Amino acid sequence: MRPLTEAETRAVFEKLGKYIGENIQLLVERPDGTYCFRLHRDRVYYLSEKLLKLAASVPRESLVAPGTCFGKFTKSQKFRLSVTALDFLAPYAKYKVWVKPGSEQSFLYGNHVLKSGLGRITENTAQYQGVVVYSMADVPLGFGVAAKSTQECRKVDPLAIVVFHQADVGEYVRNEDTLT
Amino acid sequence: RGARGRLTAACLPTEPETGRKKLSSHGRKRAAKRRLGAGSGPAGRSPLGRGGGEREPPGQTARGQSGFSDGNSKWLTPAKAKKTQPKGNHVELSSDGEVEEGSWEMEEEDGSSEEMVDDYGASSSEEEELLPIEKAALKQKPDREGLSEDDSEEEEEEEAEEASKQKMGQKEEEGPDLQLNLDIDEQFKLPTSEEIEKEDIPPDLHVIHQRIQGNMEVLQDFGVKREEGRSRQEYLALLRRDMAAYYSYSDFLLTKLMDIFPLPELVKFLEANEVPRPVTIRTNTLKTRRRDLAQALINRGVNLDPLGKWSKTGLVIYDSTVPIGATPEYLAGHYMLQGASSLLPVMALAPQENERILDMCCAPGGKTSYIAQLMKNTGMILANDSSADRLRSVVGNLHRLGVTNAVVSNCDGRQFPKILGGFDRVLLDAPCSGTGVISKDPAVKTNKDEMDILRCAHLQKELILSAIDSVNAASETGGYIVYCTCSIMVEENEWVVDYALKKRNVRLVATGLDFGKEGFTRFKDRRFHPSLKATRRFYPHTHNMDGFFIAKFKKFSNAIPQAQKDEGPAVEAAAPPAVPDTVTTEPPPKKKKLEGSKADQEQKLPQPALKKKRSLQAQRRPLKA
Repeated sequence: MRPLTEAETRAVFEKLGKYIGENIQLLVERPDGTYCFRLHRDRVYYLSEKLLKLAASVPRESLVAPGTCFGKFTKSQKFRLSVTALDFLAPYAKYKVWVKPGSEQSFLYGNHVLKSGLGRITENTAQYQGVVVYSMADVPLGFGVAAKSTQECRKVDPLAIVVFHQADVGEYVRNEDTLT
Repeated sequence: RGARGRLTAACLPTEPETGRKKLSSHGRKRAAKRRLGAGSGPAGRSPLGRGGGEREPPGQTARGQSGFSDGNSKWLTPAKAKKTQPKGNHVELSSDGEVEEGSWEMEEEDGSSEEMVDDYGASSSEEEELLPIEKAALKQKPDREGLSEDDSEEEEEEEAEEASKQKMGQKEEEGPDLQLNLDIDEQFKLPTSEEIEKEDIPPDLHVIHQRIQGNMEVLQDFGVKREEGRSRQEYLALLRRDMAAYYSYSDFLLTKLMDIFPLPELVKFLEANEVPRPVTIRTNTLKTRRRDLAQALINRGVNLDPLGKWSKTGLVIYDSTVPIGATPEYLAGHYMLQGASSLLPVMALAPQENERILDMCCAPGGKTSYIAQLMKNTGMILANDSSADRLRSVVGNLHRLGVTNAVVSNCDGRQFPKILGGFDRVLLDAPCSGTGVISKDPAVKTNKDEMDILRCAHLQKELILSAIDSVNAASETGGYIVYCTCSIMVEENEWVVDYALKKRNVRLVATGLDFGKEGFTRFKDRRFHPSLKATRRFYPHTHNMDGFFIAKFKKFSNAIPQAQKDEGPAVEAAAPPAVPDTVTTEPPPKKKKLEGSKADQEQKLPQPALKKKRSLQAQRRPLKA
């Protein structure tokens, strides 16, 4: 387990910034203490400094997961955000998309969101903007990338994709093995 | 041959009149039917089919000749027929298709095996033409009531066993109207080994079940109901064999269970293991409230109820239209599928906020996440498990439920105080033989044997010592260890707890659970510390949750008793003058030890062997000093 290098930190913050904008500061300095990011076996973990002390005393081979995994670095050093970060990003999300109850299940299976399933979308969403997907009951379901800007969404036909799927909570059941 | 002879004797007077050749019984019946028409034919046939002509030849001939109308009057007077029932069971059974097996057995008694074959065919053909036979049966039903009960009893006990035949014989003598249950009990005869060997394989479950019940009745009231010359051991051995066959247990496991449970409770336990426990979930209070979750699930079509007064977060699911493990609420981490008994050890542990907790065998993470939710994500949890595979589900569950204060590690639990120690509380859900969760995994019934249980017990003893050593006794809010298993074996539960009490400076405290059976303080030839009454046992048949055992320890000293093999604190307390060295190292804990081990002393007194050991060690001590 080691702290992130400059390049890695930049990559992570850039990615997070796509979803929560400048609120990254709020992630690092929280009312209940300072939190930090650590790298362990190519995965980025988010944990408080108190937990860091405990995690540091565990032998490296035996350590499986210190804190919460935010995502992992691929072999080509790109950062890929995983659904386990959802709980932290959802409260600070800048652009949100609400999905109708009928197509909730479809998104949870890993499909993209179509215009027919779109309930609400925040104003001024640019195209290819990172969004957090919610159900109509305001339960966060996952991440996505807006395929169309809000204006275009109004005009487009019902079967067009409006949000590209990136991560969803259904992965806890579908991809349980690859979370670690 | 004999019955056929009787038949032909009975029938010849009638049939030669029609000038027909000698036919088989089947053919005769068909001929009779043809002759007399649907109404009287089968009627005439019915007595023939069973070869019981000896009883009713006169009536038969009358029927055969004149047809149905004549016989009618006879049948309309049931009172007459009743008296004659007991003597000649053979005949009357024929027209009642359902008792053909009983009558088949009768035939065997008569020794007419060939006739038996015919009768089978005969009876089946009789069944096809129900009307006149039905009439006959209906008319004879009042008389038959007593007898058919007899026969159904006999059917169930249909085995080539003299025991059941004797019963039948006795019943016949006593008449059909007596309460038959009493008869069976009073006459429960223990079959000899030859009879048991003669039994059919595969065994007839009905017979075995009846035998189990009969046997248990006898054993409950042994003095009165026993058979002379047969020991209790023989009855118990037969009961064990039967139960093992009926419930598919290995003999070893059944013996162990018979030691733990009294007989009526044992049957309830075995029956409860055949049925799955209800599905229960635990609300994740980090993300939602039980009320809101219940509402959301009801809207999805789930039928649920709160778990009970003792739990504020549990819900029991009766049935559901959607899969409970895949609802959007589940995926959002609003609840966790968890057995009701798994909530108990965490409630006993009672973790406080801002504590350091170790969960030594955490997979799949249900208890760990409950601990985190009780601590409200403050403090620190080290979730450890020795199996890397199962840790994946732990990580998944912790992330899904939004637990942020946990570190997951993959160490062998026995390494623990070396890697990291000084925890406030430790939860040890030790790997066990799983005899409490047989309803979830029926393979446990047969694949556990003595070695498995002892191996588990050995591992549990090592783990519990490591767990105790990892706790800081001087912690302000903590110093507690909870040991739990999902097993009901005394070797894995009370024995391990007693071992820990002897080896370390801990004492048992109340678990805080007000329901559940108390643990054993003595079992067979072993005697445990009396404080074991504070431990709790849960059973599937009493609490409708998986079998469980929970013990809560409080560590009162960080010192590890040295060198004494079996009675660490007790010996030191018992021989104070010989213990100057230990006294100097830890004066305050020794006082506590004395308090704690007064009970030990009381327990040790009845064990003379230990006294001897103590004196030897007392002799050794001056050398050490």
